[in-house]
Amino acid sequence: MGKTLFEKVWDRHVVKELDDGSSLLYIDRHLIHEVTSPQAFEGLRLTKRKVRRPDLSFATMDHNVPTDDGRLSIKDPIAKAQVDALIKNCDDFGVNLFGIGHDWQGIVHVIGPQLGITVPGLTIVCGDSHTSTHGAFGCIAFGIGTSEVEHVLVTQTLRQRKPKTMFVDFQGTLQPGVTSKDMILKLIGTIGTAGGTGYAMEYGGEAVRSLSMEARMTMCNMAIEGGARAGMIAPDQTTIDYVMAGDRPYAPKGSDLDRSIEMWKSLPTDPDAEFDRTVVIDASDIAPQVSWGTSPGMVIDVDKPIPQPGEVSHISAVDAENAYEYMGIKPGMKMTDIEIDTVFIGSCTNSRIEDLREAANVMKDRKKNDRVKLLVVPGSQEVRTQAESEGLDVIFKAAGAEWRWAGCSMCLAMNPDKLAPKERCASTSNRNFEGRQGKGGRTHLVSPTMAAAAAIEGRFVDIRTWA
Amino acid sequence: MEPFTTHTGLVATLNRANVDTDQIIPKQFLKSIKRTGFGPSAFFDWRYDEKANPDPSFELNHPRFDGRSILVTRNNFGCGSSREHAVWALHQDGYNVIVAPRIGEGDAEVPGFADIFRNNSFKNGLLTIELTNCQVDEIMDLVEANEGLTATADLPNQELVLHVEGAEKRYGFEIDPGIKNQLVQGLDDIDQSLKSVDAIDTFETKHDNQLAEVIL
Repeated sequence: MGKTLFEKVWDRHVVKELDDGSSLLYIDRHLIHEVTSPQAFEGLRLTKRKVRRPDLSFATMDHNVPTDDGRLSIKDPIAKAQVDALIKNCDDFGVNLFGIGHDWQGIVHVIGPQLGITVPGLTIVCGDSHTSTHGAFGCIAFGIGTSEVEHVLVTQTLRQRKPKTMFVDFQGTLQPGVTSKDMILKLIGTIGTAGGTGYAMEYGGEAVRSLSMEARMTMCNMAIEGGARAGMIAPDQTTIDYVMAGDRPYAPKGSDLDRSIEMWKSLPTDPDAEFDRTVVIDASDIAPQVSWGTSPGMVIDVDKPIPQPGEVSHISAVDAENAYEYMGIKPGMKMTDIEIDTVFIGSCTNSRIEDLREAANVMKDRKKNDRVKLLVVPGSQEVRTQAESEGLDVIFKAAGAEWRWAGCSMCLAMNPDKLAPKERCASTSNRNFEGRQGKGGRTHLVSPTMAAAAAIEGRFVDIRTWA
Repeated sequence: MEPFTTHTGLVATLNRANVDTDQIIPKQFLKSIKRTGFGPSAFFDWRYDEKANPDPSFELNHPRFDGRSILVTRNNFGCGSSREHAVWALHQDGYNVIVAPRIGEGDAEVPGFADIFRNNSFKNGLLTIELTNCQVDEIMDLVEANEGLTATADLPNQELVLHVEGAEKRYGFEIDPGIKNQLVQGLDDIDQSLKSVDAIDTFETKHDNQLAEVIL
């Protein structure tokens, strides 16, 4: 029987099968940021251990960092202490660091692929659940806790139990205006936030094949929101072209690249391989999505009413009622009647150059609604520089947006960018839990074009029919 | 890591499903560079009011649950972010055991715990027990009816025993044998893996290091 993409990558990385039934898995790339690493490095100091492979370890600062012009000096002393700890740790242990002020700094899951650190067929981990992003390259990539971060630093391995596999077949072609963000929100809205728990997901089908690499990253980024630690897309020519484009400093080159390409082409799932579960989604039927509640599974087509309690099988009536109250909405309401206060375009889900181009396209020659606060946060310094070379920043500023520096920003409000209680935000990020963007803040997850249009109108619109 | 064999303590209930790790420990507490001090911040946004006083409407603040060390909650506990701080917060807040139900069947089955949270819990000696929805319904009713109800989580025998006066209730639970062994013996993952360092050395020389080799 043939193997799935997941099985092929897994099998290439098993160091040893352990007595307890788990496998010792080698880790090709360890991505590190300032929030989940301090205690791990402290563990190394206490046990007098070294980092086994500093050359495979790459750190950046993204969660805590301010995104405004004053960002080079962090005012919050606790945040500053955490950032300083990362600087010292990387220095002491020889780990590559792209910190604030470095040309390569940015959100960890944006810079990995940009710099060629992420290439197909690898195992990649980070103390952050959106590590699944790198699965877009056909990597086994997943989030880990701080104890596991320490384990990887010391051993360059992880003890893992093999998950089950799920294939999601997105058949058909997307309608104009519908994006990969809508595809993944639709999937989570269908299977629920625990639908993928225990599974490694693979996304495939015609609609996935047509996506660019950045669009694929958006999908894999949110695998964890459906409960799956990992979400993968098989590498193809689009992937190879991306890795070879421009000058990615860490990507293989020359004869190394030739050998790599040969291996990458062998990775896609074999025709006779079997998955534990298959889900089929009609991509041509997907409408622009907007989340209405307090979990990514509480999401609806923009042109449908907010569901009644109990109407959606994976959302209990109690959870729905709690969500309506927190979000200040009622079942039966139309999303297009809901006015917003803030728009956030950014996060590891949607802050790459293509996301910014799409948003700029919507905002060109237009101004935001007077009431709306609009924040555009590029995913990395490189994205920022490129956006400026294309004049996108001029478009954003002319529309009334605040054009920021790279960081996680308002996705999780760990830095100064946050919502006030009851402030309603159209956000291109990945989580709408209670308080995620600020205590009492009301988050609606959407694609960049939907967010941009909402900024102009001051309320949600159907991007397919909006002029 | 401290071994976990049995634990007896007061049972408290949090009758909410899908409690995510942002609720368990909000982001402002992730700025700490220490492993300790998270206890008072567990469920922060629900636990305290605007004036930073315990909010009496939060069920876990009820005086009947003072001193609790076993938490019974609903499905998909610990979903969302991978922050291990969520486990630290619960453990440091005094919880040694968390019980949650799986619900649904087949493709619609939802486990008691989210994967990353559950994984993190084992690294810290926090025992997660998955029961059926009926069993958790029953336990919640028993806690409601019996103030001061205690229970014993017996890991070697894989049993949760509710000490209802005159009529003990016993609930068997499943757990991966490898994880059980790790908890019972208090094994440290890194120490265990370092026993395989020769295998890691060998693997590295054979693994296509060209791909792994990053040279600038």
